Amino acid sequence: MTTTTTANELRPVIVGAGPAGVRAAQTLVAHGLRPVVIDEAPRAGGQIYRRPPTDLAQRTARTLYGFESKRADAVHEAFDALQGRIDHHPDSLVWNAQGQQLDVLHNPTRSTRRVPYSHLIVATGATDRVLPVPGWTLPGVYTLGGAQVALKFQGCAIGQRVVFMGTGPLLYLVAYQYAKAGVAVAAVLDTARLADQLAATPAMLTQPAVFAKGVYYVGWLRAHGVALHSGVRPLRVLGDEQQGRVTGVAWHDGHEERTLACDAIGFGYALRSETQLADLLGCRFDYAPMHRAHLPVRNAAGRTSVEGVYLAGDGAGIMGADAAEWAGERAALALLADSGMAIDTARATALEHRIDRLTTFRRGLERAFPLPQDWAAHAPDDLVVCRCENVTAGTLRQTIAVNGADEMNRLKALSRVGMGRCQGRMCGAAAAEILAHATGQSVQQVGRLRGQAPIKPIPIRLVPCTEGDA
Amino acid sequence: MTTIRILRTDVAIIGGGIVGASAALALRQMGLGVALLERDLCGSRSSGVNYGGVRRQGRPMSQLPLAQRAHRIWGRLPELLGTDGEYIRSGHFKIARSESDMASLERYRALSSDFDLGLELISAARLREQCPWLGSRAVGGSLCLEDGQANPRLVSPAFALAAQRAGAQVFERHKVDEVAHDGAMFMVRSGNALEVHAPVLLNCAGAWAGAIAEQFGETLPLRSGHPVMAVTEPVPHFMDWSLGVEGGGIYCRQVARGNLVLGGGAGIALDADRARVDRDAIATLAVQAVELLPALRHAHFIRTWSGTEGYLPDREPVLGPSRTTPGLFHGFGFAGAGFQIGPAAGEVLAELARDGRSSTPIEAFAIERFDPVSEPASTTASDALPH
Ligand SMILES: Cc1cc2nc3c(=O)[nH]c(=O)nc-3n(C[C@H](O)[C@H](O)[C@H](O)COP(=O)(O)OP(=O)(O)OC[C@H]3O[C@@H](n4cnc5c(N)ncnc54)[C@H](O)[C@@H]3O)c2cc1C
Ligand SMILES: Cc1cc2nc3c(=O)[nH]c(=O)nc-3n(C[C@H](O)[C@H](O)[C@H](O)COP(=O)(O)OP(=O)(O)OC[C@H]3O[C@@H](n4cnc5c(N)ncnc54)[C@H](O)[C@@H]3O)c2cc1C
Repeated sequence: MTTTTTANELRPVIVGAGPAGVRAAQTLVAHGLRPVVIDEAPRAGGQIYRRPPTDLAQRTARTLYGFESKRADAVHEAFDALQGRIDHHPDSLVWNAQGQQLDVLHNPTRSTRRVPYSHLIVATGATDRVLPVPGWTLPGVYTLGGAQVALKFQGCAIGQRVVFMGTGPLLYLVAYQYAKAGVAVAAVLDTARLADQLAATPAMLTQPAVFAKGVYYVGWLRAHGVALHSGVRPLRVLGDEQQGRVTGVAWHDGHEERTLACDAIGFGYALRSETQLADLLGCRFDYAPMHRAHLPVRNAAGRTSVEGVYLAGDGAGIMGADAAEWAGERAALALLADSGMAIDTARATALEHRIDRLTTFRRGLERAFPLPQDWAAHAPDDLVVCRCENVTAGTLRQTIAVNGADEMNRLKALSRVGMGRCQGRMCGAAAAEILAHATGQSVQQVGRLRGQAPIKPIPIRLVPCTEGDA
Repeated sequence: MTTIRILRTDVAIIGGGIVGASAALALRQMGLGVALLERDLCGSRSSGVNYGGVRRQGRPMSQLPLAQRAHRIWGRLPELLGTDGEYIRSGHFKIARSESDMASLERYRALSSDFDLGLELISAARLREQCPWLGSRAVGGSLCLEDGQANPRLVSPAFALAAQRAGAQVFERHKVDEVAHDGAMFMVRSGNALEVHAPVLLNCAGAWAGAIAEQFGETLPLRSGHPVMAVTEPVPHFMDWSLGVEGGGIYCRQVARGNLVLGGGAGIALDADRARVDRDAIATLAVQAVELLPALRHAHFIRTWSGTEGYLPDREPVLGPSRTTPGLFHGFGFAGAGFQIGPAAGEVLAELARDGRSSTPIEAFAIERFDPVSEPASTTASDALPH
């Protein structure tokens, strides 16, 4: 697009209606544009401010989002106020990108259409980062995010007596939310050590309010008698073979093995970015040490290596909901500026500064809740790493040793890891840890799985829609 | 001053696809020294991403001697590679969707009768009975019971590993940047890392082999093609055969895990090295797939991909000696069908390297069928002796 483009000729599209996408849409509308907003979910809000279906909306924002309720309300209201001034496609999965057009599957009707764009803001957010533990495939085991979605979206709990384990800020938050909702939380098992948390305190204090919330959750849980263990190593999920369900969990506390009875487990190790769309769009990726992942590159304004494509929010690195809002607005301003429109440059700079300041805090979080570095070393050979294709840690090690796989795509080709329905979105991080450990390389060196369409499985019998009438 | 490693050997090979790797293995079995240079990982290009059809049926007569030779090699895969690469002689069934298709399958059977393919024509009635899962458009077809399928992701790298175990020097992540010939020896250089000197050079660089040939003054109308591949989630096993359709369009097979691998249509090039499927091709493939196999109507595609394969206008490969440079042999341009014949092409190249001729007829693949030679494009190759 050149500077001669008028607002009417622009067809900005935003993928993702989380905090980043909503603020991006709001900003474009404020400048006279009419963006298309596409989201897989039935209602806008994204992961953190996910809204229950209207017929289930009996819980108040306060009970659903706790401390976040004001922000949730603000994002929802901002989005609702855009009605009539944007083209919103809910229930719509972007499954492919090709030649300035997105392929969009409308889930309820199984129909697909092409949505052309002049500019694209990719705000696809994140999902849980998973490091499997033996028994994790038993019914009753959920990711932390999944456990939270159940509560927020469906208003139900994953079990009656739940253990939360793993690490990351979501660990204590979800435990708190469950306990608040009246579910018995049997324990919180954190792989991070207290020393990690102490060491991270100065960095975390750069966001005193957020830090205080975290401290509050921990304090509240403790005050309500929830057992909190840190520095643990999850050993296995115990299960009842007959009933095929979780009956407990075993872990190592640094001295001895311990077990605890429960009927459900929520686990996870913070989040990982949803990057496939950026990949299909041809964005350049780079290794981001703070995130321990290869991520699409964006500059402070959200511009990618591909002209007209912008990234905002957790989809390009986990920075949290507040940063997502700022990044969404910032990317929209970049889009406007690149289209030759006048923007408030002071505002743009201020947003960049805010995001930048958060980076120190993010580093603190990584320090407080590090991905357990010894996970791969302890993963037993019979541990299923890739559920879709039933690939075990032993198979991966065997493939590496016998066939010399030293890179992620080769490991995938030879072992099938990441070849199933999730396309490596769930197992990729764990497989990379195993490959790095087994070959004595860094996670950076082992590379990343290349993305391919479809981003998620699509029905073979797609009903094609009239083209282009987004 | 420079630390470049210089290596002298009998035969240098450019390209670690199934052709280059099987040539390396065959050369080692003959006792010759081999160095293979692959810019990426062996078997990571066409040879590792193809559909996995291992079929002779449907090939032009010119290719059948090679295909028969390959058939024997495929039969010895475990012994040769130490793995079966999921190769099975599942049968390859070519579907007729009209009486005229059926007639042309019959003609093919008659034409290929010298080659012992064991083709069996199956009528509509028998098909209904035997394959209730087949859609109603099939009016019959031709079965080659001994054709089959394999997992290319496993087979092609395994050829390179086997060659290496047999003593070939395999250099992965070594792109050949420069080639030259001084009248007696080839010099093949990869960056500042390696220079291989050998009296014989095999050009097995797949879709990228034209650039190598050009350095020796041989310009070819080689273009890249990008077959479209898609795979479904696993569904209950119902089909043993690998299916093709007379006249082309779609082919599919079901792997042991239950997934269906489907191919058909053309993808798009992202750049000279990478390709991806095209959305219209996926849509067409999907429609044809459900028509062919109604059982798929509730299935999902979980993944699609493409690759980059070299095509010459007559869809035959170039396999044989260079016409400008003694000691140079080409093996490329397999036009989307080189996986099955790849191992035989490799053996032929090994024979050419050792004896200057092959026991399998390859006249149809001579480079002479194209326009006369041009001036060498590279000064480093200007010493080349035209013959
Ligand atoms: C399950 C979960 C729970 C979380 N809970 C909390 C919490 O309680 N507190 C907290 O501070 N942080 C939480 N986080 C982190 C928080 O969600 C993020 O920091 C924040 O939501 C980021 O906003 P975003 O706009 O970048 O992305 P998101 O809010 O993740 O929104 C991305 C949106 O993009 C859509 N999308 C993605 N890919 C496609 C596609 N291909 N086609 C169509 N739509 C697509 C998704 O449906 C989603 O609505 C949670 C994260 C997850 C994953
Ligand atoms: C999607 C697809 C589906 C197919 N389906 C079938 C099928 O079902 N059945 C069948 O029989 N055939 C099929 N084919 C064709 C078959 O895969 C190819 O004909 C065969 O693999 C070609 O092998 P190759 O060794 O010539 O080429 P490649 O496998 O492409 O190997 C050439 C190698 O040369 C390397 N190279 C190139 N330039 C250089 C350089 N300068 N320096 C170093 N290395 C270099 C490349 O990296 C590459 O690894 C298909 C092809 C594709 C793409």
